[in-house]
Amino acid sequence: MSLIATTVVRAAEGEGFTAPGPSSFEYPPIGGSTSVDVLGLSIDLAVTKPMLQLVLAAVLVFGFFYAAARKGAMVPGKLQYVGEEAYGFVRNSIARDIIGSHDFARFVPYLFALFFFILFNNFMGSIPGINFPTFSRSGMVYGLAALSWVIYNAVGIKKHGFVGYFKLQSVPSGVKGPILALLIPLEFLSNIVVRPVTLALRLFANMLAGHLLIILFAVGGEYLLLEMSAAYAPVGILAWIMFIAISFLELLVQFLQAYVFVLLNAMYIQGALADEH
Amino acid sequence: MNMIGYGLAAIGPGVGIGLIFAAYINGVARQPEAQGRLQSIAILGFALAEALAIIGIALAFVL
Repeated sequence: MSLIATTVVRAAEGEGFTAPGPSSFEYPPIGGSTSVDVLGLSIDLAVTKPMLQLVLAAVLVFGFFYAAARKGAMVPGKLQYVGEEAYGFVRNSIARDIIGSHDFARFVPYLFALFFFILFNNFMGSIPGINFPTFSRSGMVYGLAALSWVIYNAVGIKKHGFVGYFKLQSVPSGVKGPILALLIPLEFLSNIVVRPVTLALRLFANMLAGHLLIILFAVGGEYLLLEMSAAYAPVGILAWIMFIAISFLELLVQFLQAYVFVLLNAMYIQGALADEH
Repeated sequence: MNMIGYGLAAIGPGVGIGLIFAAYINGVARQPEAQGRLQSIAILGFALAEALAIIGIALAFVL
């Protein structure tokens, strides 16, 4: 306790350690900003590093699977084998298992592209030289969540009709009487309103928190080791061990979040297509 | 202060996620062929429990 207290006091005295916060995630526009006024709103046309990463991830996903599928050999080589396994993973254990074998096929391209786009973007948090998970900027995720919201609602409306779809999503089956007055708004809220919000926030907050933790242990360990007296050095080394351990944990989280995002997408599509709730 | 609050708030979802996966592991151990069905239910429950923690971290930054 006293150690923490003295550290806080020293930091307050202005000895120089500033803890990483949300401001560590703000990148300046590359090559200065150029803003344009549209209807009184100033819109910045400049490009930032996370935006470039999105494009890079799209190019990498396309390039990898194009190279893997180009030959189309009956007996796959190493690259084609990896590509086939990756495709099979999304197709069989996400799309087919969740949506069901009747109409999963038309959603496979979307789920497949989504999974690898998110995965490549997340892994950028652990690639040396880039070191920034794209989706720790919340704006990037809102686009994906909005896209999946539109898709699962459109699929449901197309299958059940407008009224039928909202009845399916907000009236739980097997419930009768006055309890419906309580359940219908709740179900509607959780299925239509909260879903895209949690979908976006889950990915964003996981990437943000994980990256923040990595920065904290890396920068804090360096500060304890190099800037403070020798008595703090063991704590600094401990912080760096934690930094390495959490980096490996992050690799798992990066994969898991891409998986969960696509799995939930598949579940929402399945829920929209289902005949009975 | 709000970080301490968030730490306290994360206890609930933490316990919840632990219970969900404990039940999932139990279920798979008793009935290995049900893994496919149980997995999707477990991930859905995990996502719902985790949503609470995520709303918490969003509020911790905003408030």
